[in-house]
Formats: sequence, C-alpha cells, structure tokens
Amino acid sequence: MAIAARKTKAGVPAKAAGKAPARASAKSAPKGSAKAIPNVPTFTKDEELHAYREMLLIRRFEEKAGQMYGMGLIGGFCHLYIGQEAVVIGMQMASKDGDQVITGYRDHGHMLACGMESRGVMAELTGRRGGYSRGKGGSMHMFSREKNFYGGHGIVGAQVSLGAGLGFANWYRQDGRVSMAYFGDGAANQGQVYESFNMAQLWKLPVVFVIENNRYAMGTAVNRASAQTDFSRRGVSFGIPGEQVDGMDVRAVREAASRAIEHARTGKGPYILEMQTYRYRGHSMSDPAKYRSKDEVQRMREEHDPIEQVRGRLTREHKLGEDEFKAIDAKVREIVNDAAEFATHDPEPDVSELYTDILLEPAQA
Amino acid sequence: MPIDILMPALSPTMEQGKLAKWLKAEGDKIKAGDIIAEIETDKATMEVEAVDEGVLAKILIADGTDNVAVNTPIGVIAADGEDASAAASGAAKAEAPAPKAAAEPEKTAEAPAGPAPAAAPSVPAQAKSYDASSEFPAGAEVVSMTVREALRDAMAEEMRRDADVFVMGEEVAEYQGAYKVTQGLLQEFGARRVIDTPITEHGFAGIGVGAALTGLRPIVEFMTFNFAMQAIDQIINSAAKTLYMSGGQMGCPIVFRGPNGAAARVGAQHSHDYAAWYSNVPGLKVVMPYSASDAKGLLKSAIRDPNPIIFLENEILYGRSFDVPKGDDFTIPIGKAKVVRPGSDVTIVSFGIGMNYALGAAEALAKEGIEAEVIDLRTIRPMDIETVIASVQKTNRCVAVEEGFPQSGVTAEIGMKIMEAAFDYLDAPVARVTGKDVPMPYAANLEKLALPNIGDVVAAAKAVCYR
Repeated sequence: MAIAARKTKAGVPAKAAGKAPARASAKSAPKGSAKAIPNVPTFTKDEELHAYREMLLIRRFEEKAGQMYGMGLIGGFCHLYIGQEAVVIGMQMASKDGDQVITGYRDHGHMLACGMESRGVMAELTGRRGGYSRGKGGSMHMFSREKNFYGGHGIVGAQVSLGAGLGFANWYRQDGRVSMAYFGDGAANQGQVYESFNMAQLWKLPVVFVIENNRYAMGTAVNRASAQTDFSRRGVSFGIPGEQVDGMDVRAVREAASRAIEHARTGKGPYILEMQTYRYRGHSMSDPAKYRSKDEVQRMREEHDPIEQVRGRLTREHKLGEDEFKAIDAKVREIVNDAAEFATHDPEPDVSELYTDILLEPAQA
Repeated sequence: MPIDILMPALSPTMEQGKLAKWLKAEGDKIKAGDIIAEIETDKATMEVEAVDEGVLAKILIADGTDNVAVNTPIGVIAADGEDASAAASGAAKAEAPAPKAAAEPEKTAEAPAGPAPAAAPSVPAQAKSYDASSEFPAGAEVVSMTVREALRDAMAEEMRRDADVFVMGEEVAEYQGAYKVTQGLLQEFGARRVIDTPITEHGFAGIGVGAALTGLRPIVEFMTFNFAMQAIDQIINSAAKTLYMSGGQMGCPIVFRGPNGAAARVGAQHSHDYAAWYSNVPGLKVVMPYSASDAKGLLKSAIRDPNPIIFLENEILYGRSFDVPKGDDFTIPIGKAKVVRPGSDVTIVSFGIGMNYALGAAEALAKEGIEAEVIDLRTIRPMDIETVIASVQKTNRCVAVEEGFPQSGVTAEIGMKIMEAAFDYLDAPVARVTGKDVPMPYAANLEKLALPNIGDVVAAAKAVCYR
C-alpha cells in the first residue's frame, strides 16, 4: 500500500496530487476481469504453451523495440502492444488459414501473430532494406500478402472500412474467408466505422470487428470521449451482435472469437467483439504519463497480466517447471535478439528505391 | 558480459534529458519488463524498461542529473551468475568506447547527399510528339455515340472480359445511374456485380479500396466528385500510398469515376473541378477525357490498369456525340496526349471540357489567320508533357486552358514544365485561361463570368502572338 501510494503520487501532476489519483484509478478500474464470462473455457496444455510462447514473443519483441527506439535506431512513431497480447493471440487461435487481418498503427503484435518474421518486422522499424516494406513503410505500415496481413494503417478508423472491404471481397468470391478488422476505443468514434457497420450488416459481409478497448485514446480516457462506453453495443442500431470480452484472458478471447468467426463464416454477417484490455506503455514512445496513475498501470500488470495468467496456469495445473519456462524464454529471446541484430546491421534501402513502388506497370494486353 | 543501460531517446529530435529518478537500487534484481528509471524532457516523461535480466550492478548517472546525452551509459546490469562487483568495475572501464557507435547503423550506401536518382526521364532536347493516329485503325468502322454510352460500353465490355470487375456507387443499379451512365448494367450483370450503396462515400470508397487490395477490380462511381471529398482520405491515404508503403506488395487496381467540375447552375458545392487536387498525388493516375472515343478507350485502359485511377467525367459532355471505333478491343493508352488539330502559330493545350474553349478558339483564330495547334492532354497524371513541348518547340507560343481555379492549377503546372524544358523556345510567356478565383456563383450571369470562354482563349492566343 505504501508503495502504491508513492507511485501514485509520482504519476500525477504535482498540483492534482492528493485527490485526483484515488478517483482516477477507481473510475478507470479495468472492467475486464470483473466482467469475465463465468465459464471461462479451459485450454489444453499445448494450447496454453502455444499462447504463452506467442504472447511472450510479442512482449519481448516490443520491449526490444522500445529499447532500440531509445538507442535512436527506430525513428518517428512507435506504438507498443505490451499488455494487449492476449487479444490478437486469442483471435488468431480461432481463425483459419486465409482469413485476413487488418489493424491500425499499434500493429507489431498483429504481424507477429500472423506469422510474419521478427527479422522483417524489426528491420522495417529500423528502416532497412530487409524490412517488410523494404524500409519505406515504418512501424505503422507493414503488410504481408502471403500471411494475409493487410496493414498497418496510420489514419485512425480507415482500417475499419478497408477491413469491411476485405470482407466484401470474401463475399464477392464466396471463398469462405473471414476478415478481422481491429481498431481501438478511439477509432470507434470515427464516422466511417458506422458507415462500414451499416454496409457490412446490409450485405452480410464476413467480417469480425475487434474493438481493442485499452481504455485510452492516446491520453483521453474512454469516459471522456465516448457517450456509450459499452463498445459491444455500438452495432445495436444495425442489428450487429456484439459482446464484451475479458481481453486479458486469452482463453476468453479465443472462445468469443470462435463464436464471432463462425457467425461471419456461415453467412450471418458481421460481429463485434469488444476486447477489454490495457496498454502498459505510453501511446507512442513520447508519452507524458500524466493521464492515468502509475498505481492503475501497476495493478493491471500485477493482477491481470495476460502472460502471467497463462504462466500461472502452466505452473499450477500443468506442473511446468522453472527449467521449461527458462527454455521457452531463452528461445524467444534468441528470436528477438536475432531480429534486433539483423535490423541493426541490415543496410538502408538503396537510394534507387526512392522512386520504386509508386505505380505498377500495366500488363501488356 | 555486463550490459550497459544507455540513456534512451524519447523522440528522434531528443539529444539529452534529465535522469529524474532511479526506481531500482544497486544490487536489485531486474527482470525484463521492469521499470528501472524515469527520464524527463521538456516534452514528456518516459519510463526506462529493462530488456535484459540480471542484477543492477552499478548506477553510473545519479538521480536528478540534467542534460544526460542520449546513449550515455547510465547503469550496468550484471547477467545471472556474474559477479556484480566485477561487472561494475569492468563497466567503468568499458565506458570509454563511444556508445553511440554501437547504435550507428552500418551504412553501405552513401547518404544521399548528391542528387537523388531522376524521377522520370526528362524531356529530350528535341521532344517527340505522341502519334495518336494508330488509335483509330485505318479504315476502322466507326459508330456515333454519346460520351455516356461510350462509358457504359467500356464498363460492360470490361465486365464481360473479367469477372473481378464490378461497379459500386449510389444509384448505379436499380435507378440505372444518377446520370444514366450505368444504364442496363444491373440487367446484364446482376446485383452481385452492380451494387447500389447507401449514401456513404467515405465508407464505400474504403470498402472498394479494401476489395481492390485483395485483387478485385472495383469501379467506384461517385455521383459527383464533389461528394468524393468525403472519401478523399481513403483515395489518397489508402489507395494511392499503400503500394509504396508496402514496398510494392499491395497494388490497388481501382477506378474512381464520376462527373467532375461545373455542370450548370448547381452552385458552389456541386461545381468543383478536382483535376489539380488529384494530380498532386504520387501513386494516382488522373484521366480526364473529352471525346467519346477517348472516354471509352481510356476507361477500358483504366479498368485494366493495376493502379488507382481517378477518372474525371463531365456532366455537360455526357450527352455529346462523337465517332467511336467499333469493337471490344479498342483502348487508348493512359498518359498520352493527342494533337487534335495541327497548327503552326500557337499551341493551345487543354483537357476535358476545357477542349470546348480550346477548339472553339482555334476555329475563331483560323478566321483571323492564326493557326493554332490544339492538344488534348487526356491524362493529367502522368502528364505527357513531351507532346506539349514538341508542339511548343514548333510554335514557340502556348496558351493553357482549364475550368479549374488558377492557383496551383493544372495550367500552372503546364506553364512551369514548359519553362523548365523549353524556355529557350518561347517567344512569349506562357499564358493561361482558367476559371475565376471564386466559389461558383448560382446566378446565371455570374456563373458565366466565373467560367472561361472562347473569347478569353482567343484573346490570350493573340496576346502571346503579339497580335
């Protein structure tokens, strides 16, 4: 308690200290776990291990990215996914090959979850020729046609219409694929989101709208920006079903994702999943950390961490030993260190790349 | 090996900051993800998170130190099993090598201090005019049709040719098109390929772009391009830039089409000409045809093109009839201008409905003994400036004509390009005739004043001929 109080005080502007922290943390207490579905599905040991490895890879990758940013190797914006790992991993555990993923600018986790190589992602962050966009996209703009990852978009909300368009293509081709369009609680207030909801339901497009409610749009808490903070209800006027999910529990995410994806895949139209999650780090690298208390962040890390939850179950229920965890950690660290090493020494793009990839050559008829 | 903790940068512009506070003490165990210190600049606060595990062996920079340079070692971590005190003393010596060097990217290519590679071939000393005579095969059978019919036929032919082509937009299906351009398409191709959208430009433009990223070939009709301003973010940020941002992976084969510019008496919000706007954006092609044959041939090329195309039509021209070659194979290449009337005294260059004024002026000038060469650009981006330059090298005079606004207009670009490539050939400054620099008025007399007219072009041509 004494520790928490000290941290709280440090986290708020000097003037407000004393009365603001308690209120802020009480108000913005994460609902995720409190509202957890009573019957949380169980995972097999293999599923727990898979989720643990995948989430740990994202966590370590993002920590390394943060460090490399600090060293000046990564420029511009860099939005880290730390804390939200269970969302994309749970979703991917319910999806099939061929299903598409599209998201906003907090996208590194989604790329790794789609199976994109750590080296290629990290080298894009450092702006090198081995990056997924050959160094021309950066943190917010990476794609992989092979892995059905459609970006990586920097305009808040634009990926929702594009994601509906991916769903439209699936509908047009009748190929049984489902598109997953991720966006945040901030993007959920953009107009084109509702235009897309309307058309997706009107045409019964196979798309799952995944709202990653991490409680802050940059520094604005959801209750300061949203008249309706239950984002699962944002599709009600269009008749789109939605549910709130404990986005810190990978099992709950996968369970809800399976329902949503099945709904979309069987021609019933779109589905909304509000993932109640939390971002530990700042919005981007430069973050004043004044809009929420350190206590709140610390409590989420200690009580709801998605990776620690899995680790706990693996220890308790599956009797995984310290050595086995160490082996996994070492393997993950090796992948991340290799990516960082590659991204540090890979050359910058050739200067001739400045003028490539602007237009494609038309095929000769 | 002991590991240095370096002073991190909060932003690319940060060079130094204050080490506000250590949250760990010497001897503390550190796990990856632990917050170990806080840093402040005038802009923000940042937490330093550990990436490596071990013991904080030594603090090199104390709490509250100002002006700590980025990449300065601020502490040392001893890895598991290492002797912390040995690491601490070892690190003190290891301070000597500049830590910045470790972070310096290996540069194989020289920093582009010299001139960047040329964007496009510059116009050769003696420019060559595009020869459009092969577009109409000799002896080809022609049929007279309106621009509206030509556009419809182009879409229908390409939809028969490629099952990935579809049309979406407001009133394109059951209503048969707000301007009847999509007449009959629903009946032939059905509701899956001819799709009525709600009135929701931003949303359906985004859906079209998303579908195109998967390889489908949408034709997105805007009832007018004025409404496309609601969708311009998707057109520019998503359609035009994604190929580049993806390092060439994600092409976007989409056509955005619809009427553009002034119609008649529809006021300022329905009369805007967007040619200059879209022509400013790399990653787009911008087409603006005048005749029915160009409308058909260029729309077919646009639908087949693997890039996002802005296809600017004109309501007044929809009902105008022209000869069009028969057959499904007729296409016109994008990016090629056409000399529609040869002449020797002055070059008049225009596009779209501007050709009305250009051709009308050429006729009037001929009666006064001035032979104008008239060029229809047809494509605004990429612009076939070489055909224009070839003409200017012959006539030494040029008038550029458009209905759009003067500032940063397409004619401004034409004038600049001529100056860059053919300054020495000019016997007079390039002149331009444009719409007036005012929102389009409604009153009939004022609207007439706001638009260019044949008299303006004649006067400009005479001025550059010093007559």
